[in-house]
Amino acid sequence: MINLEIPKKYKPLVNQANQVATEVFRPISRKYDEAEHAYPKELDLLASLIDGMNEGSDLGGAGATGVRRSSNGSDPAQNRNGSNLSTVLGVIELCWGDVGLLLSMPRQGLGNSAIASVATEEQLERYGGRWAAMAITEPEAGSDSAAIRTTAELDGDEYVLNGEKIFVTSGDRADLIVVWATLDRSKGRAAIKSFIVERDNPGLKLDRLEHKLGIRASDTANFTLQDCRVPKDALLGDPEVKEKGFAGVMETFDNTRPLVAAMGVGVMRAALEETRAQLASAGVEIDYDTPVLSQPAAAARFLEMESDYEAAWLLTLQAAWMADNSKPNSLQASMAKAKAGRTCVEVTLGCVELCGAVGLGESELLEKWARDAKILDIFEGTQQIQLLIVARQLLGKTSSELR
Amino acid sequence: MTTTIDTDRGVAERSMGFGLRALNWLAGSDLLDRIRMRKGLERALFQGTKQGFRTATVAGRTFKAAQQLGKPARQPRARSKGLFDITPDDEQAMFQEAGRAFAEEKVRPAAKEADDARATPPEILTQATELGVAMLGVPAELGGAMEEGAATTAVLIGEALAHGDMGIAYAALAPGAVATAIGLWGSAAQEATYLPAFTGEDAPAAALAILEPRPLFDPLKLATKARREGGDWVLDGTKSLIARAGECELFLVAADADGVGPALFVVESGTKGLAIEDEPAMGLRPASTGRLILEGARVPATGILGEGARADYVECVNRARIAWASLSVGTAQAVLDYVIPYVNERQAFGEPISNRQGVAFAVADIGIESSGMRLATYRAAARADQGADFAREAAIARRLCAQKGMKIGSEGVQLLGGHGFVKEHPVERWYRDLRSGGAMEGALLV
Repeated sequence: MINLEIPKKYKPLVNQANQVATEVFRPISRKYDEAEHAYPKELDLLASLIDGMNEGSDLGGAGATGVRRSSNGSDPAQNRNGSNLSTVLGVIELCWGDVGLLLSMPRQGLGNSAIASVATEEQLERYGGRWAAMAITEPEAGSDSAAIRTTAELDGDEYVLNGEKIFVTSGDRADLIVVWATLDRSKGRAAIKSFIVERDNPGLKLDRLEHKLGIRASDTANFTLQDCRVPKDALLGDPEVKEKGFAGVMETFDNTRPLVAAMGVGVMRAALEETRAQLASAGVEIDYDTPVLSQPAAAARFLEMESDYEAAWLLTLQAAWMADNSKPNSLQASMAKAKAGRTCVEVTLGCVELCGAVGLGESELLEKWARDAKILDIFEGTQQIQLLIVARQLLGKTSSELR
Repeated sequence: MTTTIDTDRGVAERSMGFGLRALNWLAGSDLLDRIRMRKGLERALFQGTKQGFRTATVAGRTFKAAQQLGKPARQPRARSKGLFDITPDDEQAMFQEAGRAFAEEKVRPAAKEADDARATPPEILTQATELGVAMLGVPAELGGAMEEGAATTAVLIGEALAHGDMGIAYAALAPGAVATAIGLWGSAAQEATYLPAFTGEDAPAAALAILEPRPLFDPLKLATKARREGGDWVLDGTKSLIARAGECELFLVAADADGVGPALFVVESGTKGLAIEDEPAMGLRPASTGRLILEGARVPATGILGEGARADYVECVNRARIAWASLSVGTAQAVLDYVIPYVNERQAFGEPISNRQGVAFAVADIGIESSGMRLATYRAAARADQGADFAREAAIARRLCAQKGMKIGSEGVQLLGGHGFVKEHPVERWYRDLRSGGAMEGALLV
């Protein structure tokens, strides 16, 4: 039966996450926006709490551990609400608090997603419970992740990694870095594998931390890998060089894209709620019964933004729900990411404009949310990459036909 | 600066302008010949009237109360399991399937001709009635098919039919809106009098008339008035873009009632003081849209729908918005399904145009935004079925469908270029219909 409401069983989770956002994130939101690169130590305690939430299997918690596909053999006709949905709900609430702080949460990195999604049982055992960042992008390879130049050479029982990685979220603070590298540059994407590198590996050299437009609470690191040796079994997943392998690596994104979409949804909701209150104090109430064009321009604009927000929110829930029900969701995941990414930029900027000096000033968080939002339309696949994925699927095209 | 021009021109000149414009339009209208009224009209013009062409409403059947229930029957609330779910239940899936098959086999093939003729073939209307679209809103106690989840079912059917054609969907679904309204808010006597007619094969044409012909129309601020006179209500005003207005046997007319505010009135077509004016429009042409003019139309005190509660009326307005959203969703999907094979086959610069991002991204956006429209519409309908407040969700679905739906209609034409602009392809019709669907009020219900 069609029902697009948040299920009751997740109300406690949502409440819990909302309290964390309200009581922990919001009060320090401005502090760590200003103190870029300072570690938000308030998060240590919280991270343990979240770990506890993640333990309760179905209530997947608030971070990135819950994206492993459920392979439960239950009746496929039976509707299921599981960890993908609950994780998305948690992320929305926490990013309503502060997206930069969520990205700084220990043990909730995208590397953790990758490990949770494709690691073998032994690797899960070895690396579980540790904080993992993800290193894909290089100075000469952004969206075109098949073009990466970092190499991995087998030398006895070890792989030797060489190359340069940039834009590694939580790269300085994490315990592990999941590094993408190629086993053989001549073999293209099939040879690309990911390797788990300990942060204190002497071959992994931190070059610098970036100064950024937004999500300044989250550290963004650049590394050089110089003869960086890792054990053979640090290679995530299947070591064979075959076309399918890269697809498997990319599949991780089907699981994490709804999470980034959820981040956009959370930031948007924060901005809309604040703007609604600001407009009310200026005497403008949003009226859902009166036609939009018969309302004040500010109310009409708000309604328009709220409508885009709702579409992004529903697309995000849809993608997560499909994953919970083992339906292929690559199309819907990219639709959600594309819509939420661009919409959260438009909406947060629109809210700043509607609120004028109050929106621009640092006394409120509106301007910060507008700065934070922009990265969400870039990382985990830019707007343009999402549109390519959606278009290829709808049109039935390969990546060589539609480039 | 520009505003003074009109006043400078003088009243006489402007009146003549109106007259000439009307004359020009009427003289060129084939409709006059089709219903053999040209002579009468020429006479009327000669006599100097500036009114548009009017006809009487049809005489209509006599609605008589069948067995009356002690209290009005109402739609059962949907008992959701509480889980997030985008799958229709079995019964809804059945209606959806039937609607899709009908739309593909009957509606789409008839759409172009119906658009040209400004009329839906009667057999299509009959077949739609056989699908049960008129009785969806009639409670089961009165022989109807109203089940829990009826609003969602109506959305799925609206979407399916509009994938065939929005104008035909409007023509086919409009009578059901009256039955649904009476089923939701009517008194036991009104239900007993009017609803049985909608459960048979010979369901009457009927219209939920809310929209009025003026800019910035607000259904909560009606120009149509209902005043008390003796024990009766007397209605004056004009209602716009009514499907099959000339055939309607029953109207639910929204009027601002003395001491009550906006409310719906049951007006049978035989009532004195009613006239119909043809009102061709940009879109929805198969629905033979027309105006209903009420001049001193008198209905009994019991003619106000239900208790005339404002909340009922507001709910009606919002349910209508969900219904129109569902039609926009169906038509938007039709655009997507049509442009995909077209851009894949169309060659330019030595390859399919879909190999270009400028084309492919437009298709991606149609996919993304139409999905958002659909989910927002489903959510609003499901909330209505659950008895939850849905004003916000209806407003959002409407906004998305008006804005993104129109963008999709426009992109549909754009992607076909010049070929989209000519009537060889349906995208120009969807362009006109998607503008219409986003601007309508009332007329349909879920």
